[in-house]
Amino acid sequence: MTEWIQACDAEDVEQEDVIRFDHAGRTFAIYRSPDDDYFATDGLCTHEKVHLADGLVMDEIIECPKHNGRFNYKTGAARGAPVCVDLKTYPVKVEAGKIFLQLG
Amino acid sequence: MSDGIVIIGAGECGGRAALALRDLGFDGPVTLVGDEPHLPYERPPLSKDAMTSDAPALKAITSDEILAERSIRHLSSVQAVAIDRAAHAVRLSDGSALPYDKLLLTTGSLPRKLSMPGLGARCVYLRTFNDALAIRPHLRPGNSIAIVGGGFIGLELAAAARKLGAAVTVIEAQPRILMRGVPAEIAEIIHEAHVAEGVNILCGEGIAAIADDGAEVCFTLAGGQDIVADLAVIGIGAVPVIGLAAEAGLTIDNGIAVDAELRTSDPDIFAAGDCCSFPLAIYGGRRVRLEAWRNAQEQGALAARNMLGAEESHVAVPWFWSDQYDLSLHIAGLSDEGRTVVRRDLGNGTFILFHLAEDGRLVAASGIGPGNAVARDIRLAEMLIAKHARPDPLALASIDVRLKNLLAA
Repeated sequence: MTEWIQACDAEDVEQEDVIRFDHAGRTFAIYRSPDDDYFATDGLCTHEKVHLADGLVMDEIIECPKHNGRFNYKTGAARGAPVCVDLKTYPVKVEAGKIFLQLG
Repeated sequence: MSDGIVIIGAGECGGRAALALRDLGFDGPVTLVGDEPHLPYERPPLSKDAMTSDAPALKAITSDEILAERSIRHLSSVQAVAIDRAAHAVRLSDGSALPYDKLLLTTGSLPRKLSMPGLGARCVYLRTFNDALAIRPHLRPGNSIAIVGGGFIGLELAAAARKLGAAVTVIEAQPRILMRGVPAEIAEIIHEAHVAEGVNILCGEGIAAIADDGAEVCFTLAGGQDIVADLAVIGIGAVPVIGLAAEAGLTIDNGIAVDAELRTSDPDIFAAGDCCSFPLAIYGGRRVRLEAWRNAQEQGALAARNMLGAEESHVAVPWFWSDQYDLSLHIAGLSDEGRTVVRRDLGNGTFILFHLAEDGRLVAASGIGPGNAVARDIRLAEMLIAKHARPDPLALASIDVRLKNLLAA
C-alpha cells in the first residue's frame, strides 16, 4: 500500500495554475484545473528537466517554460515536439482543505 | 509527388520539417541533406549545459531508428553545391543529383567572421557540436579566454568558462553588451552578474591588432591595452547561409526572401529558419530574420505543411531566452517596435518591461530574473501581443493584476 502524502493547502494553488512540491528528494507539480479539480505530475519536463511549475497552465495543458513542450496534466500525455515522453501522473485527493498525493 | 521533397540543411529546422512531413501523412520520398556528420541536433545547449558538462553530449532531435522507421533518408557530411531549378534537381558534393518536386532550404546561419589580419589557430567560432568539443578542453582553471562580442553566444560561453574556472575577458565594440534586441536595463543586470562572477567586460573597445602564434593570442585594443588569452572565441553575430539560393537566382533580402507562407521567389522552393527573411504580420509586414530555436522549429513545421498545400501564414510572435549563471532572460516580440515602457516588478530584482507602441498596443515584453521566474508572464505577454491587445498600463505595472486576466479581457 502506498501512503498518502500531505502536500499543501488547497488554497495554495490558484485556479488554472500550478505549484511545485518537493518531497523526499523528488519534485512534483500540483495543478488546479479551471473547474477546481486537482492533479499531480512529476515536476520536471521529460525533455530537458525544467521545472514545470514555472510554466503556464491553460485549460488542461501545462507548457514547459523553456521549450514550450506541452502535456495534458490530467493524463500526462505529451502533446508534440519537442516532448515525446509522457509525464508520470499521481493520484490526488482533497480532504479538509488539504491536498494529498499518492506517490508511487 | 513522385520525386518527393528534398531538405537542404539538417539542423533543428530541417529535422523538424522532415519529421513533420511524415506526421502530416506525406508518403513520398523525403531526403534530408546535412553537411555535418551528425543527426539533426539542438544547438542551444552548445554554449550552456553541453559546455559545462564533463563529457559534452549531442542532443539529437531524432534517431537513426526513427528516421529509418519513417523512411526519411538522411545524407550526412555532404554539401548541396547547386540547384538546377529548371530540372528540379539539387547537385551534391559527392557528384550525385537529387531530383525534387518541392525543395526546402534550411541552411541556417554561420558565425560572422572577424575580418582582420592576425587571426590564427587560437581564434575560433562556436556554431556546431564539433566546435563545442574543440572549445571545451580550454575552459579550465589557469587558462584565460578572450571573448570577442558581448552577444548571447559570447556571454553564455563566458558564464560557462567561469563555471569551469577559466579567466574571462569580454571585448565588446559597442558601448554596452547585448545592444541588439535587449533593453539597457536588462543588459545592465546581466553585465553586473558577469562582473560579480569575475568576468572582465570591456565595452566600447575596438580591436586595433591581433597576434595569434598558435599557442596564445594577443588582442591590442584601440586604447592601447593588450589582452592575452589561451583561446579567443569570436561571437560577433551570424550571417544567413544564402550562397546556394543566390546562385540559383532566388531573391535575397537579408537572407533568402520568403513570403508569409515561407515560399521563395520560386514557387517550388521554400526556405525556413535562420537562413530566411520573412514578413511579420504583427508588425505590419516588417521583414525580419530570426536566429532562434523556436522560430526554427515552428517554421520547419510550417514549411512542411505549406509544401503539402496548406497555404498557412507564419504569424508567431518572436520569442527567445538566454541562461547565464542563475539568471534567465526571456523576450517576446521586438522591443524596438515600442515607444514607451511599463515596468512590472515581481520582487527580488525580478522584473518585466512591457514595450507599448504609440497607440498603446503591446508589441514586446522583456524580463529577467533567477531561474524561470519571468517565463510564465512573458508567455502570457506573447499571447497578448499576438492578440494585438492594448492593456491598461496600470494593470501591467501592478503585480496584483494577473496577466491571465488581461488575456481574457
